[in-house]
Formats: sequence, structure tokens, C-alpha cells
Amino acid sequence: MEQTKEKLRAFLTRHIAGRTIADEDQIFASGFVNSMFAMQLVLFLEKNFKIAIGNEDLELKNFQSINAMADLIERKTPHSQNGSNS
Amino acid sequence: MEMTFEQQRLRTAFREFADAHIVPHANAWDRAEHMPAEAVRQLANKGYLGAVLPADCGGAGFDMVGFGLLNEELGRGCSSIRSLLTVHSMAALTIWRWGTEAQKAQWLEKLGQGEAIGAFALTEPEAGSDAREIRTEAVVSGDDFLLNGHKKWITFAQIADLFLIFARSQRGPCAFLLERNTPGLVISPVHGMLGTRASMMAELHLEQCRVPKQNLVGAPGVGLSHIASSALDCGRYSVAWGCVGIAQACLEACLQYAGQRKQFGSLLRDHQLVQRMIAHMVVGVKAARLLCHNAGQLKDAGDPTSIIETSIAKYFACRTAAEIARDAVQIHGANGCSSEYPAERFYRDAKIMEIIEGSNEIQEITIAQSACQQVADNAAIAR
Ligand SMILES: Cc1cc2nc3c(=O)[nH]c(=O)nc-3n(C[C@H](O)[C@H](O)[C@H](O)COP(=O)(O)OP(=O)(O)OC[C@H]3O[C@@H](n4cnc5c(N)ncnc54)[C@H](O)[C@@H]3O)c2cc1C
Repeated sequence: MEQTKEKLRAFLTRHIAGRTIADEDQIFASGFVNSMFAMQLVLFLEKNFKIAIGNEDLELKNFQSINAMADLIERKTPHSQNGSNS
Repeated sequence: MEMTFEQQRLRTAFREFADAHIVPHANAWDRAEHMPAEAVRQLANKGYLGAVLPADCGGAGFDMVGFGLLNEELGRGCSSIRSLLTVHSMAALTIWRWGTEAQKAQWLEKLGQGEAIGAFALTEPEAGSDAREIRTEAVVSGDDFLLNGHKKWITFAQIADLFLIFARSQRGPCAFLLERNTPGLVISPVHGMLGTRASMMAELHLEQCRVPKQNLVGAPGVGLSHIASSALDCGRYSVAWGCVGIAQACLEACLQYAGQRKQFGSLLRDHQLVQRMIAHMVVGVKAARLLCHNAGQLKDAGDPTSIIETSIAKYFACRTAAEIARDAVQIHGANGCSSEYPAERFYRDAKIMEIIEGSNEIQEITIAQSACQQVADNAAIAR
């Protein structure tokens, strides 16, 4: 989880003009993102975390903060460790 | 940049199609401000209206470079018909990318086969470059939304069956699928545009249009940031390649004309000042095509930088097409000002490309912002 957040932080810092972003900061409310940022973020999440973001995930709350995105990634990542749904 | 064998095969097929079915008619379509149904049917029969959809959804299954090549060849023939491919693909790709399973089942096959035509309705009288200003309103009413508002400059709205339309709601911007036959939707044709005159443009007036909640694409709030944004990325990519097509058409027309017309005892092509314009055309076309190809490859790889690279390609290709088309009119002299030659149509169409899908100025802002972020990022890494 921490590694995921680290990667997210690095990506966000790059797109929000070098600002430091805390895990709970509201990215879209910050006013620092341009009109292309949201789609860049989706592609970044898909490519780097090997997940597919579809209709059911497309809610702003899933992308609002580092914490929200880390949760989304966690939910979307197939977990093979114990092989059960429990 | 190398093309795969399949991409080369596609390019040849697209070129032959354009030469046979588009180039001979483009001037007449432009003059009539009308795209014949037969022309649309021919595109559909070839499967080209499903260019952005995978084969298992009723599409042609081209990769994004293949889709780009189709845009170049259609754009070489006629920017109006290329703009049909643009807006239709924006709607189709959006449903494939972000639609619910029910929306996909209802529309993808039909759009892919060209049995239904899609369009993109964002712009309003008071909301152009700044889409956040849209005033079309969506209000919840039982299991539906009621839409009221006015959309302007909607390409192919005269014949579209389905609109990807954007409205504001209490929970933020929303994207909807709006069917043509919805009561309260009035479609008024727009005539007398400078360019892409056969693109069957219309305005939409929505008065108490009842749209089921199932027609919402994505949740309320993401209508502009994700849905419009991803559709516009596809639109920019299509327009960028279309501009390569305009520029290529200008170059070919000029080479032919300058190889026949004589002044001061020699062919125009032997005058060095004409050669300078032709050299600019050759270089401009190649550079624009390379930028488009680069954006396409990044799109095929799902790379996040594909978005900014598409913006860069669109900006360069549009400016290049506009400059080249201006020189094409110049090389043709008075004939270049006459509708008997295609140069003046290229010139008018190229100007449109500098305004749509994000004007030149909006691309400049985006590209500069991205470059500044890159500098900040490099500085952060160096620290
Ligand atoms: C042929 C054609 C087809 C179209 N098809 C469609 C369609 O299918 N669907 C749809 O939704 N829309 C469509 N449009 C509308 C198109 O997307 C808009 O025209 C475009 O977004 C620009 O908006 P505007 O015309 O209101 O210009 P404005 O936004 O009013 O801009 C006017 C000028 O000001 C400049 N400007 C604006 N803001 C800034 C800034 N911040 N800094 C510097 N300069 C700025 C612009 O670059 C432009 O030069 C179409 C338009 C045309 C001409």
C-alpha cells in the first residue's frame, strides 16, 4: 500500500507543478489540475497498476485523493495470495 | 517511424477508397452543403464507422495508428466526411470505454456497423473553449433526468441518431446518451459555414427532454473531467490526422498544378520561390505525420503521455495544414480562388481545424503548462 501511494505521489507531484501532496488532499478541488489531467491519471493508474477502470469505477470520489486511489487500486487488483474470496 | 505490414495494407485500402468514392465528389458536397446518404452508407459498408471499436463489438478492430491513417486518407479527400468519422468515433469510443453493459449492448454494434450515427454535443452559445460554462441543465425527475438547454455547432447533428450530450446537474457535470427521437429535442440545421460545409451541422434545442437515468454515462461529476475529456482526446487525434490529409492533398494538388502551368517561359515548379513553398509543404506534411504517428503509438500502448502528445500533434498539424493550404491557394493563383479547383476548399477547411477540438490558443496553453510542469519535475528530481 505504501509503495502504491509513493508512486501516486510521484505522478501527482509531476502534474501539479511540483507541489507536495498529502494522502488525504483533495486533488480535484485544489484547482491545480488542467482539463487533461483526469484522463492522464486514469491511463497512469491502468498502465502502472495493471488494472482496468470502467463505468462502475468512474466516480470522482475514487480519484479525489491518494488514499481514495490507493483503495481503488487495492479493490481492482486481483489478489492471488490465498486464492479465495474470503 | 515504421508502419507494420497491416498498417501499410490498411493505408493502401483507405487511399483507394478515398480516391474512388470521396475525392471526385468532395467539391460538389461542399458546394451543396450536403453529405449524401449514399456517401455515409459507403463508409459504413466498408466498416469504417466502426474504426475505433474492437471486432468483438461490431467494430473494424483497427489499432489507433490504423484509425489515424483512415483519418488522413478521408481528410485528404474531404474534411466534411472526415468530421463524420471524428464525431461518430468520439461517441462510439466513449460508450465502449465508459458505457454501462446495457449501453454497450444497445449501441456498440449499431454504431460500429453505421446503422446508427453518433454525434458529440458539448458547445453552447456561452460555452466554447471554457466548457465549464455549459448551461444546459439536467434535473432529476423520478427515474429520469429532464434536460433543458441549447447546443450549438454540432457536427452531423442533422443526421445523427444519438448524441453524447453534456449538462450540468446539482451533482456536477454529467454526460448523457440522448436519442434523436426524444420528445422536446428540436434540431435546426446550420448553413453558411466557412469550411467543412458538408458536415450537416445543426443546433440542438432541448425543452423538457426526458432522458432515463440509465442513459447517464459515468457518474454525475465526471461528465467533463473524464467523459468529455476522453472523447475530445479522440477528436483531437482524428482532427490531427485529418490535417495531415489536408496538407498532403494540398501538396499533391500543387505538384500537379506547378508541373503544368507556365509563366515567364517556364513551369511554376521551376521558379525557386514556388519551390520554397513546395519544400515547406513536404517538410510540414512529414513532420505532422510523424507527430501523429507518435501519438498513435502511445495511444496503442495506453501511455498517459499520449494525451499531451496528441495535443502537440493536433496543434502542429492544424497550423501546418492552415499554412500549407494558404500557400496552395497562392501557387494556384486565381484558379486557387475558384471552386473549380480544390485549393480554396482546403484553405477554408484548414482554418476550421485551428478552432475545433481545442483552438490553437487552448493547445498552446496546455502544451506550455505541460512543459512547465516537466521543468518543475526535473528540478524536483535534481534536488
Ligand atoms: C465547423 C465546426 C464544427 C464544430 N463541431 C462541434 C461539435 O460537433 N460538437 C461541439 O460540441 N462543438 C463543435 N464545435 C464548436 C467548437 O468546439 C468551438 O467552436 C470551440 O470549442 C471554440 O469555442 P468558441 O467558438 O465558442 O470560441 P471561444 O471559446 O469564444 O474563443 C474565441 C477565441 O478566443 C480564444 N480564447 C479563448 N479562451 C482563451 C484563453 N484562455 N487564452 C487565449 N485565447 C483564448 C480562442 O482560442 C479563440 O481564438 C464546432 C465548431 C466549428 C467551427
